[in-house]
Amino acid sequence: MPLYPDDLKYSEKHEWVRMMDSGSEAEVGITHHAQDSLGDVVFVELPAVGSEVSQFAKFGEVESVKAVSDLFSPVSGAVIAANQALVDSPELLNGDPYGQGWIIRVQLNDTDQLDNLMDAAEYQSLLE
Amino acid sequence: MPINGEASHPFIPNTASDRAVMLAAIGVDAFDELIADIPLAHRYPDLELPDSASELEVVAELRSMASSNAEPGVMPSFLGAGAYRHFIPSTVNALLQRGEFVTSYTPYQPEASQGSLQAGFEFQSAVCQLFDMEVANAGMYDGPTAFAEALLMAARITRRKRLLILNSIDDRLVQVATAYSQYQDVTIQTVSHREALDGAIDSSVACIAFQSPNFLGRIEDARAFSALAHHHGALSVMHTNPIANALFKPPGALGVDIATAEGQPLGVPLSFGGSYIGILASRKRHIRQLPGRIIGKTMDTRGRDGYTLTLQTREQHIRRERATSNICTSTQLIALMVGIYLATMGPRGIREAAELSYHKAHYMADAIDGLDGWRVARDATIGNSGAASVFFNEFPVECPLSPGEVNRRLLDQGIIGGLDISELIPRGMLLCTTEMNTRSEIDRLIQALSEINAVDAA
Repeated sequence: MPLYPDDLKYSEKHEWVRMMDSGSEAEVGITHHAQDSLGDVVFVELPAVGSEVSQFAKFGEVESVKAVSDLFSPVSGAVIAANQALVDSPELLNGDPYGQGWIIRVQLNDTDQLDNLMDAAEYQSLLE
Repeated sequence: MPINGEASHPFIPNTASDRAVMLAAIGVDAFDELIADIPLAHRYPDLELPDSASELEVVAELRSMASSNAEPGVMPSFLGAGAYRHFIPSTVNALLQRGEFVTSYTPYQPEASQGSLQAGFEFQSAVCQLFDMEVANAGMYDGPTAFAEALLMAARITRRKRLLILNSIDDRLVQVATAYSQYQDVTIQTVSHREALDGAIDSSVACIAFQSPNFLGRIEDARAFSALAHHHGALSVMHTNPIANALFKPPGALGVDIATAEGQPLGVPLSFGGSYIGILASRKRHIRQLPGRIIGKTMDTRGRDGYTLTLQTREQHIRRERATSNICTSTQLIALMVGIYLATMGPRGIREAAELSYHKAHYMADAIDGLDGWRVARDATIGNSGAASVFFNEFPVECPLSPGEVNRRLLDQGIIGGLDISELIPRGMLLCTTEMNTRSEIDRLIQALSEINAVDAA
């Protein structure tokens, strides 16, 4: 898998969004760059299913051996799923940040918000 | 003595020539130029002190002043209400005063001080055993601050904002919790037992917090309040007397989620109210919201035991304003006292201290019940809380006169009485015993109380 897949949108806070087939639901995670900077992830604090998240607002925490960092949602909406596999295997964030390491799924309030995010090329130039 | 004079004083180490060099280095002619902003009249005021005295004379004078202190132990004391005079084995002071422990401050490279970390780890382990909890931190400032942190911890864990406290608690705990949380997005509400049972708890409540033994010395139904909290997705927070844990079921066995205590009864002298140590313990699943320092046991590259500060990523030197707490120092030396106390006493020794405290209090209560004009307020309540009948080592009495007057008369007879709680119970006084109160002390008190009533009736 490429370090920054083309089918995702990216935020300046190093989270990604993947639109799901329904067209109104999205999956959210952290980027390769984020997991690489954090180092070994040892704990992920997930939001409750049913809670609301807002674009660019905090929705959880990720703790690595180096630091505890806030997670910022790239989109607004209701949390419809949180990846419970991360409770016992937080290292999935390091090993597979775009796959098994997804963090939450969100029912979007407003798909136009995706326009506030970057595509893979823009995100990579931000990193450079 | 003029500051520029010759150094002839044992407490001012630098000489006139030292000072001249320093003044020249900063380009000032005289020391007084540095304090020119202070009006002349206030720079060297006449203090009207007595002539200097020899060390021998000073010690004699201070000793004479100190002898007028009414010290518990020299005088029988029946004062408890949060600080308790228990026996302290000699091992505590003997080990505590070793230079390696007594001179060290919070180590900034903690793993270099394996001995300090091991002592802290032993403290945590002993606390977990005594409270039947899975995790404990290395200590908070004192009992009330540990209690306040427990409430905030419950709010973070549940992501709820209402903190309920049963009003049978020591009000000073509520005051500290209120001060601690005033700039946090939470509200504290004290409720009676009846209100708690009748709907004050709902899904907006983060925790129900209570003290057991409560402020009047009585055992609360911790199991029932924990179950009630859990039914509403909330946590239970129990503040306890650690000595009572050896006699009654400890918090962990009662379904409690977070337990706190004033650690003073465990080997720390009364010492004018401080410094003490707060105990904070919880279920393991909440460890990431447990504030303060947590010491873990691990092994080094050669497989030997080693100790390390763990979960530090949530402390303020790393997380700044988003840290779990603003606690920034550790009460390591006091934790060591508690650790040595618990190791010396062992489970059986603590149980004996608890049993003696309990039985002496009940002996005293029965004797007071037999006195004319005196009454053990077994049915007294705080606010409209329900009364519970079982008490540990203290209990309220209704005096025939004002408690203040009773205490004055007791003091005349060389006895330190109880706490005046007439704001809560009319003419109420809270009396306490520990294993340190001998039977003859208690009988002396009973005799004195009976005379106080007789004097009044005459």
